[in-house]
Amino acid sequence: MPLTMVGIGRRVRVVGIEGGRRLQTRLAEMGLFPGVEIDVINNTFHGPFIVGVKGSRVILGRGMALKIMVE
Amino acid sequence: MNRKVTVALVGNPNSGKTTIFNKLTGDRQHIGNYPGVTVESKIGNLNHGDFELEIVDLPGTYSLTARSLDEQIARNFIINDKPDVVVDIIDYSNLERNLYLTVQLIELKVPLLLVFNMSDVAAAHGISYDLPKLSKMLGAPIVPTIGFKGQGRIEIIEAILKLANGETALSPADVTYGEDVEHEISSLQDLLTSLNLASDIYDHRWLAVKLLENDREILRKFNSRDLTEAVKKSDEAIKNKTGNHSDIIIVDQRYRLISRICAEAITSTTDNRLTRSDKIDRILTNHLFGIPIFLILMYLVFNIIFTVGGPPMAWIETFFGWAGKEISGWWAGGSDSALRSLLVDGVIGGVGGVIIFLPNIMLLFLAISLLEDSGYMPRAAFIMDRLMQKFGLQGRSFMPMLIGFGCTVPAIMATRTLDNRRDRLVTMLVLPLMSCGARFPIYALIIPAFFPQKYRGMMLYAIYLIGIFLAVLLAKLLRVTLLKGPPSPMVMELPPYRLPTLNSVVTNMWEKSWLYLRKAGTVILGISIIMWVLTSYPSKPDTTVSDPHLIQAEKLSYSAAGRLGHAIEPVLKPMGFDWKIGTAMIGAFAAKEVFVAQLGIIYSVGEADEEKTVLREKLQRSYTPLTGFAIMLFMLISVPCMATIAVTRQESGSWKWAFLQLGGLTLLAWMITTLVYQIGSALGIGV
Repeated sequence: MPLTMVGIGRRVRVVGIEGGRRLQTRLAEMGLFPGVEIDVINNTFHGPFIVGVKGSRVILGRGMALKIMVE
Repeated sequence: MNRKVTVALVGNPNSGKTTIFNKLTGDRQHIGNYPGVTVESKIGNLNHGDFELEIVDLPGTYSLTARSLDEQIARNFIINDKPDVVVDIIDYSNLERNLYLTVQLIELKVPLLLVFNMSDVAAAHGISYDLPKLSKMLGAPIVPTIGFKGQGRIEIIEAILKLANGETALSPADVTYGEDVEHEISSLQDLLTSLNLASDIYDHRWLAVKLLENDREILRKFNSRDLTEAVKKSDEAIKNKTGNHSDIIIVDQRYRLISRICAEAITSTTDNRLTRSDKIDRILTNHLFGIPIFLILMYLVFNIIFTVGGPPMAWIETFFGWAGKEISGWWAGGSDSALRSLLVDGVIGGVGGVIIFLPNIMLLFLAISLLEDSGYMPRAAFIMDRLMQKFGLQGRSFMPMLIGFGCTVPAIMATRTLDNRRDRLVTMLVLPLMSCGARFPIYALIIPAFFPQKYRGMMLYAIYLIGIFLAVLLAKLLRVTLLKGPPSPMVMELPPYRLPTLNSVVTNMWEKSWLYLRKAGTVILGISIIMWVLTSYPSKPDTTVSDPHLIQAEKLSYSAAGRLGHAIEPVLKPMGFDWKIGTAMIGAFAAKEVFVAQLGIIYSVGEADEEKTVLREKLQRSYTPLTGFAIMLFMLISVPCMATIAVTRQESGSWKWAFLQLGGLTLLAWMITTLVYQIGSALGIGV
């Protein structure tokens, strides 16, 4: 399922990123790539996300969160 | 003679790099174009024993893959200029992310010093490090420090010198990428050698890795079809074996290496639950409260600027009034001295009029420093993202916009962090609509002249909001016309909140305010003198009227500035401006503050000496509140200053965008101001 479905406070594992190679690399450099566990810190309705990844916090736009598949 | 040692300072954004740079170099800094660095970067000097250290503060980056301009600058400096030592500032409390850059520096095989910053924060989080072990595994010396307290300064300098002298035994860690990738790396290395492509600047293995990372700058540099084909083939081979593109695998392997290192050298006694920052963010970035809290914060800022800034402003005003009278007293009453007029009308009327607003400017920059240092800026980007997306911008564009409240020039440079060119151009073009510090004196002059005390803060707030609103609207217009396409979705790091330190906030405020003062004493002074000459000459030889007021008015009309003003008056009339305002606007193209200076000159040249009153009161007598509002509106929207046009040209890479910005905004300003003035006049509002 896409990250957008995950509520605040849950921990999920990234299984895939749908998008171009550029986008994938950009996210990967921020620590977001398949296999990584992330915490959903903030999920605003219709707005951006805050996720915890490798001890740091990353803001993801809604469009970006839609492309990140998690389980 | 002292031996010179060049040091490059690198690190992630928010790692505290700039704080350490300031602590290392103190006030011996200058902005310079270092050879190899195509754009400005901060350079600081410091002497230690027999050595002179030149420290270059490179842009903060997460990676060295040259995806954004900042990354390109940092990387090219390290490779081309070969600094003696590269110092990597690492945020201790966010080690894994920060080490990603470190691993890439290790791969470059440069003399590397690691500075672990904010060790106090890490300790507070219950994390402890085995530094000797980390140092050994990474193959580079480590110095722990607490940047803002200046702790570890001497240790850093000594470690730099040891490295520069070759006294530190270096054994950089091996960074390997697993069998599949390594196979392709060595075949690309062979190809590079056989094609005779690599120069001695680059390490072959490093080049091969970058090629597999899909680094376009490197590919473009070689411009070889054979090589491009080979890279594509290697990528396919890796994808077949692993299911992922080569660049993803490389990133993954680097993080794996980092995880291994961290697992061995770090012990964490607390689990990674919600931090205090997260709890604050629950409220400040809440989808319901976020925007209202932001708006209230801004309102408070503008109110404080006026209420707190008022009294000191009045003192400076009184001082210049007194100085003007004193200087006038050097000449016999009634004598017509050009020097007296130059000093009193030109210098005090012009430059003094700008310096009066120093207290407000200081408060404005204080507020911006607080927003920057506390970490609130990226939160503002977060809460505005949804709104900005609707208008074709991304939340990230909001940070340069907030910086634009200080000055448009650094704001335009801050768009470098946007990696999508169209996003960047749109942001750049609308940035002048954010009211900068130089426009502030205009508002500060006009608002108290025409609006009662209790509405002043509100009025200022309104002008700033109109600017934001127009910027966003214009962005949408650009997005559906010249720069079509959706904004790229936002990804950015959110640093934890930090309590701003008094030292850094005050330093920052003072630096900016000093620039304002210096500008007043140099550029504004120069233009004021030119404007005074234009306003005083050619002088009318004789006159038929006898009323001293009319003589002055006639003289003013006869002068070069007067004629110029009269010439453009037809264009200004629909907006409710007379030729006097017109002449002030011409000078404002050089720097916005000149508008205030020139009005000061006109109104002090154009009056008989006996009745020296403050400029505010003279304006009050000559214009209506509606005209006052129209002036602010026009100065907000129209003609960005010369420096803005130049930096837009530089950052967009073409005059086309700079001229579009200049022409478009001026036309827009004329249309909106005319509309407001005409409707206001017709309805009888503020006349």
